[in-house]
Amino acid sequence: MTAPLLALQNLSKTFRSHGHAVHAVQDVSIDVAAGECLAIVGESGSGKSTLANMVLGILAPSAGEIRYDGQALPARRTLAHRRALQLVQQNPLSALNPKRSIGASLRLAFDVHRIGDRAGRTARVGALLEDVGLPADFAQRPPAALSGGQRQRVAIARALACDSRLLVLDEPTSALDVLVQSRILRLLADLRAEHGLTYLFISHDLAVVRNIADRVAVFEKGRMVELAPTDRLFTAPEHPYTRRLISAVPVITEDEITMRDQLAHGAA
Amino acid sequence: MTDPVLALHDLRLAFKGFTGTTEVLHGLSLSIDRGERVALVGESGSGKSVTARIVLGLIQEMRGAKVSGRLRFQGQDLDRLPKRARHGLRGTAMSMIFQDPTSSLNPAYRIGTQFREVLARGTPGITAEAATARATALLDEVAIPQPDRVLAAYPFQLSGGMNQRVMIAMALANEPALLIADEPGTALDVTVQAQTLRLMRRVVEQHGTAVLFISHNLGVVREFADRTYVIYRGRIVEHGPTEAVFHTPGHPYTRALMAAQPRITGGGVPEIAERDAQYGDPMVVHPTGAAAGAGA
Repeated sequence: MTAPLLALQNLSKTFRSHGHAVHAVQDVSIDVAAGECLAIVGESGSGKSTLANMVLGILAPSAGEIRYDGQALPARRTLAHRRALQLVQQNPLSALNPKRSIGASLRLAFDVHRIGDRAGRTARVGALLEDVGLPADFAQRPPAALSGGQRQRVAIARALACDSRLLVLDEPTSALDVLVQSRILRLLADLRAEHGLTYLFISHDLAVVRNIADRVAVFEKGRMVELAPTDRLFTAPEHPYTRRLISAVPVITEDEITMRDQLAHGAA
Repeated sequence: MTDPVLALHDLRLAFKGFTGTTEVLHGLSLSIDRGERVALVGESGSGKSVTARIVLGLIQEMRGAKVSGRLRFQGQDLDRLPKRARHGLRGTAMSMIFQDPTSSLNPAYRIGTQFREVLARGTPGITAEAATARATALLDEVAIPQPDRVLAAYPFQLSGGMNQRVMIAMALANEPALLIADEPGTALDVTVQAQTLRLMRRVVEQHGTAVLFISHNLGVVREFADRTYVIYRGRIVEHGPTEAVFHTPGHPYTRALMAAQPRITGGGVPEIAERDAQYGDPMVVHPTGAAAGAGA
């Protein structure tokens, strides 16, 4: 087996407040292969966002190590690391500067990372927009003139701007309507295949995860309680908490109800 | 036959702005019988939340809003009621639960104080002792352990799920005939959401309360509602018993919504169009009750 693109080794994060310690992430080890989509699922307070922030270098781990492409990531990331590991947030409206045109927001990535010359950057912005299924002339518009789905496409375009290799997708579709969600998920799947991207897909929505991830890590109160290939996690979950999570999903078809009931009985 | 608790007929809403008039609802009709749980399901911007706010009479007070159509509540025309009588219905005969329980409670007052205010609307001059006793009984009903501790707490000291239960208890405190629930539980975790919905279902059943349940989540609607209306861009496109709507969706928009919903059984993500000329097709109505039995 080839070396993983991202390796989390005995990663922990403890916050201290008012004299007592909160263990947000406790001793988590996961290898993520290049080109894989690994989902991190859990409820609020499970530590999934803390984990994402450590991967991105926003938070420093209290213990353990993050290795990227075979090398330990330093606490202060180099420009090259920041280019390779990118974030797509839940709410695209708050992720984009409202005063700046879409084009200017995208250009900033090229300016910061000194990619291409002036004329080249404008052309790249157009190409980037077309990559995520938006017309190139959207560059002139402000974020407010776009719909939620279009804005999320812009946020994805920005994450892809400097040839990143790993995207941390933090609840990328949970603010979107279901029809829009289906199209964004489709886009993410296509981009992954096209560019050979690796995804860390953070979500509380198990139905979405079921249909997009290769493997799923289930988090409860800072601990990883189960890690399994997606098919196996949903057909034969081993941890009681995983079973509880799956059987709480509101579903719409007979097949899903049957599956859920079987899991619920298995748990009892 | 008795009057339905709520009957909306040919409801229209338009907002006047600087650039002209924007029509939001294009003739919406809907009815809810006593003790019935009815869902209005649609995407953001479809007009489901403004419908709820029209029933409460909140939109009518906005400048630039033009509302027409008939609104009947327990047999009386709501538009003909004087303003004071209309105001008097809110929090007593009809009440509402919002999406985010923690932000709908006042952060500066204890739960007990806020509860007493709600009870005083239904029973003016209620004593502190009587209010506490009634609040304790109501919190007990929504399975809150140690109600006295919760009554002494501020909203931020309680979890989201706990606050949602408090909201449900408050909404039912004055025995309303109609409860409007706008995306209840959307802000909560799935396991807590599932618990909250089961609880709400049990309590409204016990009280015989009619519910207008507003949601964008098909799964939640399927589990909660007796009848379902699907709304798309200010028009009802399909309605009928929840079973029928989910089992044999007839309208292209309803079918698109269901197809786009990711399944826990897998099958990948289909790409569904956000807009389609077919979504404007005429309304599909499934027969209800006795007619359904005869028809099937």
